[in-house]
Amino acid sequence: MPETLKETTPDPTVEATAAPVPAAAAGKPRSLWSDAWHDLRRSPLFVVSAILIVFLLVMAVFPGLFTGADPRYADLAHHYLQKPKWGNFFQEDWFGYDIQGRSIYARVVYGARASIMVAVVVTVLVTVLGTVVGMLAGYFGGWIDTILSRVTDIFFGVPFILGAMVVLTSFAERHIWVVILALAFLGWTQIARVARGSVLTIKQADYVMAAKALGASTTRILLRHILPNAIAPVIVVATIALGGYISAEATLSFLGIGLAEPTVSWGVDISSGQEQLRNAAFVLIIPSVMVSITVLAFIMLGDAVRNALDPKLR
Amino acid sequence: MTIIDKTADVPAPRGSNDESGPLLEVRDLHVEFHTRDGVAKAVNGVNYNVSAGETLAVLGESGSGKSVTAQAIMGILDMPPGRIPKGEILFRGQDMLKMSNEERRQIRGQKIAMIFQDALSSLNPVLSVGYQLGEMFRVHKGMSKKDAKAKAIALMDRVRIPAAKERINDYPHQFSGGMRQRIMIAMALALEPDLIIADEPTTALDVTVQAQVMDLLAELQRDFNMGLILITHDLGVVADVADKIAVMYAGRIVETAPVHEIYKRPAHPYTKGLLESIPRLDQKGQELYAIKGLPPNLLHVPSGCAFNPRCTMAQDICRTDIPALLPVTERDGTELVGRGSACHFWKETIHG
Repeated sequence: MPETLKETTPDPTVEATAAPVPAAAAGKPRSLWSDAWHDLRRSPLFVVSAILIVFLLVMAVFPGLFTGADPRYADLAHHYLQKPKWGNFFQEDWFGYDIQGRSIYARVVYGARASIMVAVVVTVLVTVLGTVVGMLAGYFGGWIDTILSRVTDIFFGVPFILGAMVVLTSFAERHIWVVILALAFLGWTQIARVARGSVLTIKQADYVMAAKALGASTTRILLRHILPNAIAPVIVVATIALGGYISAEATLSFLGIGLAEPTVSWGVDISSGQEQLRNAAFVLIIPSVMVSITVLAFIMLGDAVRNALDPKLR
Repeated sequence: MTIIDKTADVPAPRGSNDESGPLLEVRDLHVEFHTRDGVAKAVNGVNYNVSAGETLAVLGESGSGKSVTAQAIMGILDMPPGRIPKGEILFRGQDMLKMSNEERRQIRGQKIAMIFQDALSSLNPVLSVGYQLGEMFRVHKGMSKKDAKAKAIALMDRVRIPAAKERINDYPHQFSGGMRQRIMIAMALALEPDLIIADEPTTALDVTVQAQVMDLLAELQRDFNMGLILITHDLGVVADVADKIAVMYAGRIVETAPVHEIYKRPAHPYTKGLLESIPRLDQKGQELYAIKGLPPNLLHVPSGCAFNPRCTMAQDICRTDIPALLPVTERDGTELVGRGSACHFWKETIHG
């Protein structure tokens, strides 16, 4: 046996027909993800939704960039239900004032943070939990799968909003983290099912058996071979679900069991806006439109990502 | 690094480590699958052995149990539904079936490696080939990323992939079928294993590339003095590469022989049928021979010799008694080394 693998110069006659350097001609090597990115950049759906989302994220992180007004400053004497001044772009009175005399524009800007933070953190939690559960159930099968799948079914059977109402009403003080954990607690099942199904397909793949035959450990197979191949549908579902969590937060706040004053969120504003619906509809409509735009942006992003990752689903 | 160095950390009895004994010995291996419809007996008492530097070709049609035997050796059989009720798989004298999962994993890749039929589906599509080759060195040998990459390039050169340096970061789908199979071979070869099992390595390739890949495999095997188990259903592939042949039918070995003898004088009607069904130039215009009937259903293997419903020579004894794999001799009784046949009428078959 030679000491090490000896280098031999490639035999030029071998497989001359096999187009030796097609990749060199095409430029960089292309992975699934770089291909997807290539597709995404050319998709109008992605460009529009990405611009919207970046805009909303900046708003959530740096609300001070958009308004100097304080969302909690109430001035009943001057501003009680004052109508919007549509011409005053990005001014304090652009969207008018609510029943407490607070700037609706300032509240919409500051409300983005709570709404988006709830949605993003819930999505991250749900994706991690759901992927872990789904991957273990799908890969190991047998009794592990039976137990995890039944637990998933039980949680899946609980109606989302009803379940959240039951959980949230049992807390006296509904801090933002309580809402986040309640939503994550009930929301992971969809991801778990998608991940399990995806892993079931991937684990049959020859490269998983090949990895096993070449001595890879179970952890390595799960993390290097199964996870990257099974994650695409999970990402798509998670992106679309993110929009759903924004509206879930708004729904729960509207029902009075989600976030509550003094937290500034779109749901809280929609909830307080409903009282004056007949004489000042704008108080309710403006935060509702923000919710709709945000949900739409994330669902569009989810669609664009799905199209890029798996063009056959289009 | 030599073979001796590599095996030093394996808990093998030193006595059985000498170069003369067989590297791998399969003894009376049985594998069955428990399905909804009953027990499918895929392997029914297979015996074979491979020494270092030797090539054993395992020949048989689909469902004959050749791949299942290989999977049992590698320990990648799906259990359940698979089960190994009986048998031993001795690697350097140690029964692998009695080892722990971790011990077996240490053998896989480092001592015994496997090459699969379809190289495209056997490579992970989301990782570059350089990563996958380098992974072998990083995981098993703890090399740094940089060293592993250099080794991966050397390996790709070794299996004659042109412009290895430029292509190291390419993904599997960017390579042609023959190139992908070379990459698979490189991966199996990475840790310089003592034994390679190639499960139909050329079936997915076209004929010209088949020959190149087989030549490469044979050359590497010579250079590294490895044992090679070549699983195939293609008699043409075997002739140039193998030292000895084991023909499988319905989970049993029906004939064993050194490679050239079997082409000259088959001692089992099944082997004879296989050889006669190869198209030949001098038979132009004649009808091509085919073995009549279908391979047996493994849930209901025929009683007696499993081949009897398709055999032209079948007698009553063939339907009742399972023939044992017996040594084959010349007409005058002199032994033919390495030859065996599991047929009641091997004398008639070989001596006509």
